[in-house]
Amino acid sequence: MWERYFVFLKGLVHGDLGISIASQRPVLDDIEQFAPATLELASVGFLLALVVGIPLGIIAAVRRDSWIDHLARLVSLVGVSSPTFWLAFIMLALFYGGLQVAPGPGRLDPIAFPPPTVTGLYLVDTALAGDWAAFRDALAHLILPSLVLAAATLGLLTRTTRASMLESMQQDYVRMARAKGLSEWRVILGHVLPNALIPVVTLGGLAYANLLTGAVMTETVFSWPGLGRYTFTSAAALDFPAIMGITLIVAVTYLVINLLIDISYALMDPRVVR
Amino acid sequence: MTATAARPALAAASVPLPASRRRRWLRRYGLASLGAAIILAWILVALLAPLILPYLPDTVEVTKRLQPPEAAHWLGTDALGRDDLTRLLYGARISLSTGFIVVVVGAVFGTLLGGIAAYARGAVEELIMRATDLVLCFPPIILALAIAAALGIGTTNTIIAMLVVWWPKFARLARSLVLVQRSHEYVEAATVVGLTPARILLRHIIPNAIGPLVVLVTLDVGNAIITFAGLSFLGLGVVPPTPEWGSMVAEGRELVEQWWVAAFPGLAILTVVLGFNFLGDGIRDWLDPKARRR
Repeated sequence: MWERYFVFLKGLVHGDLGISIASQRPVLDDIEQFAPATLELASVGFLLALVVGIPLGIIAAVRRDSWIDHLARLVSLVGVSSPTFWLAFIMLALFYGGLQVAPGPGRLDPIAFPPPTVTGLYLVDTALAGDWAAFRDALAHLILPSLVLAAATLGLLTRTTRASMLESMQQDYVRMARAKGLSEWRVILGHVLPNALIPVVTLGGLAYANLLTGAVMTETVFSWPGLGRYTFTSAAALDFPAIMGITLIVAVTYLVINLLIDISYALMDPRVVR
Repeated sequence: MTATAARPALAAASVPLPASRRRRWLRRYGLASLGAAIILAWILVALLAPLILPYLPDTVEVTKRLQPPEAAHWLGTDALGRDDLTRLLYGARISLSTGFIVVVVGAVFGTLLGGIAAYARGAVEELIMRATDLVLCFPPIILALAIAAALGIGTTNTIIAMLVVWWPKFARLARSLVLVQRSHEYVEAATVVGLTPARILLRHIIPNAIGPLVVLVTLDVGNAIITFAGLSFLGLGVVPPTPEWGSMVAEGRELVEQWWVAAFPGLAILTVVLGFNFLGDGIRDWLDPKARRR
């Protein structure tokens, strides 16, 4: 047992995570192959959640108890409470099966050739190759899974932004800014928001880490060839070298993102540096 | 007015209050009561399922497979011709009970360990808290997935896998709560009187610190139900013929045309989880008047 652990550690410092039992390839190669798909999906999903969630949270806090506040609370509660795998199915059934406006599962049309690999991100690769038809295809395939992935994060971000805005709106410096005669929107955007964003960044960072690593359900339903599906197939096949490799990568991702969050505190809040 | 006021105390809630007071009551307890009602309703239909349903969850009727919702089968039938409503209600038994078990056992275990850590300090605290850090540095679903896969398919194994990842958040919360309580004078008084540390922790400190733990437990049952259903969806939770919401969604996931097979069990999960979220938020507001004003 101990000896095996040291063999594993020795391989690790040499950049060797062992051979996957299922694919008979080095685990690191497998991870390298699947990671870009997840990175692309998680980033687009996270961006969607940011672009919708933070403004929604701000407006909900400013127009408290209005219909938009109730809508924001409803959206965030439903977003947090729906099981991802079910939401993914509903989206597929509705937009692919029912309305037939969205493409089916996968990253590209089944008959299309993947673009020449540069970054592994299909959006970037197709744009670099100047192949706009393939770019549109890749984008269309991204929409449904990233929407599903965004749902839970959206709920979390809206909720946190709203609560944090309300808290910071009661501080003395806000009364001060109002007393100075600043317009309401300058007060909100210039004084309340920067102070309210700190907990949002913390949670947002963790949520992004969760998206990168927790896309298991979404990727399984959408046959998305990323790390999430790799995790699932390896776990189902009891492919332990692969599982160990993935958990290691996941832990490292968490560490890096936590470090980035801590660094961003210093950038956002001069009081932290001192 | 007099007629309604004469009703027994049980009907107190329906006694017409002045409009402003009723609105305030609704604002304060409305969502929490709705949440409690949803949960109670689910528990009730899960218990009474054999009495109210004409079918059994594993009766196969091949001639009636994949029927859309109709009078005989309110929610339609699945690929083997089993009644979806029946499976849904029987499935509530598994989903609700696994959610409760995981959270309650995880909470008791975590609270005890966290309490011991905060009370004992020193090497014991280091050991317990570093163990929680170790578990918390993995995303819960991936760790639970790996453990459940290693233990093999089955409800008990999946519950065990979930427990392994579930206790640390309670340990953390309990430790911080107990640390706060420890500095209060009543703990000193109890020590002076000569009570044993175990008694002080269990009878004095934990009852005083229990509020936030109750909130976390309530909010967390929903999480546990989603996670268990998720693992079942991936084929790890229950052994196939057993009706369970996650595996029912999985059985219907290829059937985009026959949407009812997968749609209703997921909707069931959504309502239960919403119920626990409403109730948990309500309890939090009730325990923490500062949060209520927000």
